[in-house]
Amino acid sequence: MSHRLTPEHEDLRRTVEDFARTEVAPVIGDYYERGAFPYEVIAAMGRMGLFGLPFPEEHGGMGGDYFALCLALEELARVDSSVAITLEAGVSLGAMPIHRFGSAEQKKTWLPRLCSGEALGAFGLTEPGAGSDAGGTRTTAELVDGGWVVNGVKSFITNSGTDITALVTVTAVTGTRPDGRPEISAILVPSGTPGFALGQKYSKVGWNASDTNELVFTDCRVPEANLVGERGRGYAQFLRILDEGRVAIAALSVGLAQGCVDESVRYAGERSAFGRNIGHYQAIQFKIADMEARAHTARLAYYDAASRMLAGEPFKKQAAIAKLVASNAAMDNARDATQVFGGYGFMNEYPVGRFYRDAKILEIGEGTSEVQRMLIARELGLPA
Amino acid sequence: MNIVVLVKQVPDTATERKLDPADSTVDRAASDGVINELDEYAIEEALLLKEKHGGEVTILSAGPDQATDSIRKALSMGADKAVHLNDAALHGSDALQTAYALAQALGTVEYDLVILGSESTDARTGVVGAALAEYLGLPQLTLANKVDIDGTSVRIQRQTDEGYDVVEATLPAVVSVVEKINEPRYPSFKLIMAAKKKPVAKLGAADAGIDTARVGLANATTEVVDFAAAPPRAAGTVVKDEGNGGVQIADYLAAKKFL
Repeated sequence: MSHRLTPEHEDLRRTVEDFARTEVAPVIGDYYERGAFPYEVIAAMGRMGLFGLPFPEEHGGMGGDYFALCLALEELARVDSSVAITLEAGVSLGAMPIHRFGSAEQKKTWLPRLCSGEALGAFGLTEPGAGSDAGGTRTTAELVDGGWVVNGVKSFITNSGTDITALVTVTAVTGTRPDGRPEISAILVPSGTPGFALGQKYSKVGWNASDTNELVFTDCRVPEANLVGERGRGYAQFLRILDEGRVAIAALSVGLAQGCVDESVRYAGERSAFGRNIGHYQAIQFKIADMEARAHTARLAYYDAASRMLAGEPFKKQAAIAKLVASNAAMDNARDATQVFGGYGFMNEYPVGRFYRDAKILEIGEGTSEVQRMLIARELGLPA
Repeated sequence: MNIVVLVKQVPDTATERKLDPADSTVDRAASDGVINELDEYAIEEALLLKEKHGGEVTILSAGPDQATDSIRKALSMGADKAVHLNDAALHGSDALQTAYALAQALGTVEYDLVILGSESTDARTGVVGAALAEYLGLPQLTLANKVDIDGTSVRIQRQTDEGYDVVEATLPAVVSVVEKINEPRYPSFKLIMAAKKKPVAKLGAADAGIDTARVGLANATTEVVDFAAAPPRAAGTVVKDEGNGGVQIADYLAAKKFL
């Protein structure tokens, strides 16, 4: 019974911690303010092999596991969530569906570039009218003359419009099942395919140094071989990927929550009020103690979910719990950290303001907090 | 091209570093041990030379048990193997004794080039490279910000206050590097995983042929007579800009002889 890290995981954690502080922290605020994608930082993360962490070496991966990815996400998010979500989406949404369900040809074609970070992949599930209710998918893909013709709109798709985006895998209705419900499949659409265009530009509250787009498909034609996995299994086969993704977002949330503690402890030792550093006051100490307790318990929750995942045991409930408590911890800590910083917490020159803006989406993306509660309730046997 | 990189584990410069009052040596328990920063540049340079010329990169570190952490990190950057010289008799050795011990340990390894950081962040004597070359009877090329190898010779740019000197020697040779030379890489997870399988030869003083009467605190050629904690940082000078802020700053810097 131990949640201690192995020496290899600890070495990785420390390496990414060092990288985040040395290479990301000094430059990311500027990208964030400009709403610019940090290509240089992402390239450096690629050179470290972060995008290949959970993939086998034969496809250009690092031969690590999903927990290694989680540790990297946590350490990056301690400093900045935009680069962390770029990694998370690139790995668990961009490359993972191909690794897990793709054909040998698809793996050979796409994984080496995705693993190196030279190219990014995206996953298009959400639509203007279908978020948590993924069954409401309206995008269609029709098999015509040996090719899929995709039509529809996808919303809020991370990594889908960068200069290095190579592909997006979209869920689409490919027919009707015997029971009358829509048959949903996953289709891989390479960037630059005619009929695949970026839609409206978003103005986001946070994650401003990450890439998010609306995608518009108009008679977009790709080869029949671009089906990813089994026809009609498009949604079902990604449920596991979504469970994994929840653990990853939990790790990212823990990173943000811990970053709030780091910044608050530092500031409490520097900022003086009424003749003493504010760290002397119980009002500040208790706030920071609560923040640390939230980050710590949320970390244990995601370690537990990850350890079950790696052991091949059921982890759906633990993933939902980890995502729920970690995103809550991130939001609560961001609110408290900005309070510790007072007026400066409202200024974008300090990271806590960025943490505040970045925290809210964690309670929404990859399954809202309400969806997590629903999953937990179902796992407890309550009626679906 | 077989290269040996000398790696020293030092107390993390980001933490408060202490001396042990009992014997005036570094208190290694007081802070985390990390690879001496300049040695990371030496490792990187060795890896770059290996990528260009082939061969093997061997890490040589003299230090107590916990130095294995730094050796593992050096291996996870991409070095092929390591030699860990670890013997209680070496405790408290000064720069000259350390150079002697390292020279003896180098006798167990085949090499064409020895690379090290030009100084360590703890003792900062900056003499180990020179002393080592003397013990080995090899040419020393110090303060390199560029290293080129051409068959049987090595040519470096030695950084100076005015620019650089070009220094050349035949191999084998000892080269010390400065931080301008390169940008050390971050270990990848693949290399982190591979590092645990790489061979680390453990050497005691006797294995390296070290005469224990010549090493250790009791036989040191230098002595720490006294030490004191650094005084707390004094409050800085605040320049209030009343239209002449620039002039005030210039006057301040001139008074300190920076201008």
